[in-house]
Amino acid sequence: MSGFLAVLLKEFAHIRRDRSTIVFVLIIPALQLMIFGYAIDVTIENIPLVVYDLDGRSDSRRLTEALVNSGTFRIEDRVQDAEAFRRALTSGKAKAGVLIPADYSERLLHGEQAHLQVLIDGSDSQVATTALNTVNLLVNQFAVERARGIAMQRNMAPARDDVGDPVLAIEVRSRLLYNPSLESARFFVPGLVAIILQLVLLFLTSFSIVRELEMGTLEQLFVTPVSRGGLLFGKLTPYALLAFLELMIVLTVMTTIFAVPINGSIPLLLGLSALFIVTVLGLGLLISTLATSQLQSMQFSFLVMLPSVLLSGFMFPRAEMPLPIYLISMVLPVTYFLEILRGIILRGADLIDLIPHVIGLSVICLIILTLSLTRFRKQVA
Amino acid sequence: MNAAPVILADGLTRRFGDFVAVRDVSFEVPRGSIFGLLGPNGSGKSTIIRMLCGVLRASAGRATVLGVDVGQDPERVKHRIGYMSQQFSLYPDLTASENLSFYGRIYGLDPERRRDREQAVTDLTQLAPFRERLAGHLSGGWKQRLALACALIHEPEILFLDEPTAGIDPVARRELWDLLFELAAGGVTLLVTTHYMDEAERCSHVGYLYLSRLAAVGTLEEMRNWPGVTPTGTRRIELTCRAPTEALARARRDERVVEVTLFGTALHLLVHEGVADEAVRAALAPGDASAATRSITATLEDVFVGLSRAEREAGHE
Repeated sequence: MSGFLAVLLKEFAHIRRDRSTIVFVLIIPALQLMIFGYAIDVTIENIPLVVYDLDGRSDSRRLTEALVNSGTFRIEDRVQDAEAFRRALTSGKAKAGVLIPADYSERLLHGEQAHLQVLIDGSDSQVATTALNTVNLLVNQFAVERARGIAMQRNMAPARDDVGDPVLAIEVRSRLLYNPSLESARFFVPGLVAIILQLVLLFLTSFSIVRELEMGTLEQLFVTPVSRGGLLFGKLTPYALLAFLELMIVLTVMTTIFAVPINGSIPLLLGLSALFIVTVLGLGLLISTLATSQLQSMQFSFLVMLPSVLLSGFMFPRAEMPLPIYLISMVLPVTYFLEILRGIILRGADLIDLIPHVIGLSVICLIILTLSLTRFRKQVA
Repeated sequence: MNAAPVILADGLTRRFGDFVAVRDVSFEVPRGSIFGLLGPNGSGKSTIIRMLCGVLRASAGRATVLGVDVGQDPERVKHRIGYMSQQFSLYPDLTASENLSFYGRIYGLDPERRRDREQAVTDLTQLAPFRERLAGHLSGGWKQRLALACALIHEPEILFLDEPTAGIDPVARRELWDLLFELAAGGVTLLVTTHYMDEAERCSHVGYLYLSRLAAVGTLEEMRNWPGVTPTGTRRIELTCRAPTEALARARRDERVVEVTLFGTALHLLVHEGVADEAVRAALAPGDASAATRSITATLEDVFVGLSRAEREAGHE
């Protein structure tokens, strides 16, 4: 480790002189977390709805009110003719349309089946699915309510509760764990912590080595007796410390501004974060052994970042991925760290729960470090 | 050579893909000498230095520095050599003294000795007034002095300098050479690359690289007396006249002239022995009564021009 202290002190001197590093590491990530944390909200609400109500009596009004009260829809327009109804959908002004036929109330009154036509714009599959589910659920509830009323009148029921009122034969008692209000911030913000940590760390470490290569100072160092280990650890240690500081800041933003509490053990979270930080430092080192200019190291970093965002499970569930993509996701350190973060922060998971992910991350870490350390030589060209 | 050589290159070769940057180069550098590697840009000077410093592996051949095979075990020699690369390679965002301390620590000097050495090299290079200035804010000449100071912090026995005076002004250049002489007098062996002819004249030993090949190597005296420079049947004369550029054009067309070079207002000519001075004046400066000729001996530049010609004729291109 000869030369470790010399390189360490020098690297701190660079960081002290270069204010942009401090800003990049400590302020930008907090801002990014806030911006992305608010922007990435997959809860679908206020889908514009067009209503063509031919009936117009209290039963049909109760139905449209219920749709709006669900929060999923807002009434974009009420139309009086079929042409306007069609136009509202083709123009994209409304994403869903409800047509209530003129005999809706009558049929209900006479105990006949009433028909409701619902048109949904399927171009955005997520919006369409949400709209479809909401309408089905609501209308089902309406129908069940009605059935219950009729059953009560005739004094018969599929089942009764303790006081003898008729109820449904099966009742589902579901409880949402870990994120009861289904806020998407709960899910995305811990993931963002991982993504932002990797982004900053990858750029910093690969740049710090490639910059010296470009300036010729690396060649100058190769002529000195500094050891490989002393040079690398001296260069990387300050960035590891910065990364840890950055982690503290983004976790603080997460718990305070986004009110996402850490349900599990904080020491465990920090310990496994350290493993992730070391892995990403190794990845940065590997990139710097491949790149010959800062531009190239940036391109390599993007090559890692893009799948880290898209394939790691940060955006889309990995279970849905085709096998080749799934295999790619298995070599990304973020994949494991995401599971660890979400596990500890949201579910209060302990080490035993996380063992597969900890092993996965450790193996990737070992491979990356071995690869980058053997590739890094005190040789030019 | 009286002492064992401190640098020994034996058949050094370096290929980059198909391109041969250094081809079968062999030479010896005796302790305490100033060895100049001369050659045009791209002739392989920097590549040789990198191989001798152990940061570039040779494709073939062997190099021994201070008795250590640098291809096998470069780390064993690194604390005994210093290297000043072609481009300024210190940290521009650190001060002069921070750069010095960094290299002092890198070479593992204990704090007391580091302070002594920092003082010594600061005195030697007269850097004291600039100690607290950022290295990036120093002028070209002072940058080179700082680079030299850093390369000397651990008292190396051999100092490799790759074009140390490229891009600095003539005064700074002279001062840097004065420093190098001072070092050589103190027993440091210097290996310097340059493409300045006048710098080659300051070396005790010179090697001339042409197209990746070492065309000639020896002491300055041996080089000056290289027999090929004035081939038998030819002689060297200098012509001064009113219109030297016109005379140059005529000389190039005249088949009695083997070689011609313009030196300011004079032409250095290599002519066939049988050609009389009067004939030269009449042919190259017709009607110029002030034209004068005199016999001269070859300069080092003539030697290198001759060597390049000989290499070309030997068909190494």
